[in-house]
Amino acid sequence: MPEAVDVTAPATQPTRRNTELALLVLVWLVGAMALLLASEGAAGEVVSDVRTIVVIEGVALLGIHLVLRWLAPYADPVMLPAAAALNVLGIAMIGRLDIADAKRAVARGEEIASSVAVQQAIWMVVGVAACALVLIVVRDHRSLRRYTYLVGLAGLILMLLPMVPGLGLTIRGANLWIAIGPFTFQPAELSKVLLTIFFASYLVQTRESLALVRHRVLGLGIPRGRDLGPILAAWAIAMGIIVFQRELGTAAMFFGLFVGLLYVATGRRSWIVIGFLLTVVGVLFAYSAFNHVRIRFKVWLNPFEYSTAEGYQIVESLFGFANGGMLGTGWGQGYPQLVPFAESDFIFAALGEEIGMAGAFAIIALFGILIQRALRAALASRDAFGTLLATGFAIVLGLQAFIVLGGVTKLIPHTGLTTPFMSAGGSSLLANWIILGLLLRISDHVRRPDPVIIRPDDATTEVVQVR
Amino acid sequence: MTRPLNRLSIGLLVLMIALLVQLTRIQVFQRAELNAKPGNQRTLLTEYSRERGPILVARAPIATSVEAEGELAYLRTYPAGPMFASATGFYSVVFGATGLEKAENSVLSGEDPRLFVDRMQQLFAGRQVRGGSVTTTLDGPGQQAAWDGLKGTVGSVLAIEPATGRILAQAQSPSFDPNKLSTHNSKAANEYYKELEADPDKPLLNRPIAKTNPPGSTFKVVTAAAALESGRFEPDSILPGPKTYTLPGSNVELPNWTGTACGPDGKVTLAEALAISCNTAFAWLGNELGDDALRDQAEKFGFEESFETPLRAATSRYPTDPDDAQTAMSAIGQFDVRATTMQMAMVAAAIGNDGVTMRPGLVDETAAPDLKPLESFEPSDFAQAMTPEHAAQLTAMMVGVVNGGTGSNAAIPGVQVAGKTGTAQTAKDRPSIAWFISFAPANDPQVAVAVAIENAGVSEVSGNQLAAPIARSVMQAVLSG
Repeated sequence: MPEAVDVTAPATQPTRRNTELALLVLVWLVGAMALLLASEGAAGEVVSDVRTIVVIEGVALLGIHLVLRWLAPYADPVMLPAAAALNVLGIAMIGRLDIADAKRAVARGEEIASSVAVQQAIWMVVGVAACALVLIVVRDHRSLRRYTYLVGLAGLILMLLPMVPGLGLTIRGANLWIAIGPFTFQPAELSKVLLTIFFASYLVQTRESLALVRHRVLGLGIPRGRDLGPILAAWAIAMGIIVFQRELGTAAMFFGLFVGLLYVATGRRSWIVIGFLLTVVGVLFAYSAFNHVRIRFKVWLNPFEYSTAEGYQIVESLFGFANGGMLGTGWGQGYPQLVPFAESDFIFAALGEEIGMAGAFAIIALFGILIQRALRAALASRDAFGTLLATGFAIVLGLQAFIVLGGVTKLIPHTGLTTPFMSAGGSSLLANWIILGLLLRISDHVRRPDPVIIRPDDATTEVVQVR
Repeated sequence: MTRPLNRLSIGLLVLMIALLVQLTRIQVFQRAELNAKPGNQRTLLTEYSRERGPILVARAPIATSVEAEGELAYLRTYPAGPMFASATGFYSVVFGATGLEKAENSVLSGEDPRLFVDRMQQLFAGRQVRGGSVTTTLDGPGQQAAWDGLKGTVGSVLAIEPATGRILAQAQSPSFDPNKLSTHNSKAANEYYKELEADPDKPLLNRPIAKTNPPGSTFKVVTAAAALESGRFEPDSILPGPKTYTLPGSNVELPNWTGTACGPDGKVTLAEALAISCNTAFAWLGNELGDDALRDQAEKFGFEESFETPLRAATSRYPTDPDDAQTAMSAIGQFDVRATTMQMAMVAAAIGNDGVTMRPGLVDETAAPDLKPLESFEPSDFAQAMTPEHAAQLTAMMVGVVNGGTGSNAAIPGVQVAGKTGTAQTAKDRPSIAWFISFAPANDPQVAVAVAIENAGVSEVSGNQLAAPIARSVMQAVLSG
């Protein structure tokens, strides 16, 4: 793990914060441009919200940039711009959908709802603030290891909260929300941050024993029976999510996260095989036992047969992608509002319609960059916990993006996860900005120059205090 | 942990690539299929977001798009209501498009590749893309006359410019109001459509080009043409025209419609036989010529060919392998001979056009939104049906039908009209079909017309009574225009 670090790095390691600033300015301009075009295209004028949102975005991005200069000067310079780009593109599309909603309301003589895009921009500020707070509070990511089991417990409780009677809220058939007064919240989003921290620190402690091999079968080392406990527990939790929260995507994400981390921590491919077998068993069981799972699969295999019922969303989504084609209809020129919940679950379909395959590729590339940067930090981290934590976040972002984008493009059955950094919704955005804060912290730790080794005959060299 | 991390990195990359592949599939390869799926509102909304080009007669729109309130930006309207429905068809949110609206959709919608540059210009100028226009060959007064004449009947009219094949009138009764199908109120459109479908007289059927009927005695001009072309007969050749003709190989007696013999002592010239529509003479003539000669002649006029004007017309038929009795019946346009109204107009037009059958066409010109022409009507020969000399002889014989025979009601003062009546029986208890085909002026025809009235009485005179006046007013309208 430490081989990627140049131990003789000079003290003048570039911080590359200026690169980041330049990229952020570009991102901000792209976001502003997208909003302007969307407004001009959909409403024929620049609606008043555009200026508000562009200012909010500018303030948020400049603010977090300054916080990084102060608290994590050596952090990866590409991570923040990539995440910010996803966020501002999401807001631009939400703003465009606001206009469509307003038009529809006017046509029906209803009242125009308040702007979801402005709300989302405010959530972006909250997310960015949370990211800054993470950087302020967590000066060294290793401090997170202190409360391994407490964090794990908190993650589990958060996940189970929606099942508490009177608190849980069923929206579109999934028990993923809780309601406190007027606020609704998806605790699973925060729970994924806590559980990633828990899994990483748990596996740092136990990875040696989990890597032990008892038998070899077909070139694979089979782990000891008693070491199967943790993976079975994770599997049981995932199945619990399917049964009680009726949500396949969350379950797949958690189980995938655990198996992936287990593999990286132990280096044993047998864990992947065992995880895969458990997944097959789980899917077969869920398919035969639960109608909601069966419907998801049937709709996936033949959406047009269910185009007026359960398949409506995915069919409209596919029509949207097809309407967009390679270059898209242009901002504000398509019909993304025909897809129900285009601003949340199906925001990628909306973007695929209006900015086309070219734009959709760019969005996937942004996710790819973010994930690869996180893995790079993992690879270069000087401690096992940092490696596993960054890996865990890379898996969470990668799997969530894949499950959602694959779902709306009919690559895999559609499930109700949010698109990281893009979908309208506060809890998801908040959780992802917290993840970004932790990734920035780890990457800063990686690139922060080592203390210079003092040579006795070099009197001019200042002695650097080691932490 | 480097190796597992590298593998994981590749694994996540593979997932991303899978997404790229899937996007390519749905946005490039399956795009056309998805766009064409029934129930795809986007295709419809895109179509309706543009100003669809007009369909014109002369310079007046018979179908045009106007801005509308609501989700669909434009509404298709038809200022003349049902009068041009047979040509325009309809353009409906619920039922799609028919007629010229369908056949010329690429120009009207602006999707035509030839309009690509215009489309780009409009896009860059920030204007909505508009469609191109389609000018029909229809003649306004002629169409009006056909429409007025058909009022209250079940029937159809089709008029052709003999020299070019341009369709001057194409009308039917009963018709439908395309406005009521193009409405954005899909409930109202649905109800109207159901009503039309329930009507036993089938208003949605494109009667002038899609319905075939036995042509009855109007087919005798085809038989006469075959006789002249055979070289064995002249207009004044003497034919037997007894009171009845015994169909060969049977004891069925075919009578004349008058119940008497044609001419004194049962003999009649070819010209006279046509003028008085003598069944026995033409049945005999059919057997003399043989069914191959008759079919050959019919095919040169356009039978057994499917024409697209660009509306697809039904194929007119001459029976295959008839026996002698059936050949005799075919020679007078009965048995299994079937012709569209357009086909019989083509027969008249070809005789008037020195024997040359022209391909019929309904589109005079298509033009870009800036009125730059895209494509203009090019007259196209279909076949030389008969020699100009024989055509002139047959024309003279048909003038005799109007001036001294069964077609007196088609006569126009000061203009020589050539015509032929017909009454076709379909079944014993069903009303017969009254026909009239004609062209005028006989020496330099500007218009040829066929009229088929399908709810006529059973008398041979109904061709002259019901159909000839309509033919006359259509010809008059075109000639005075």
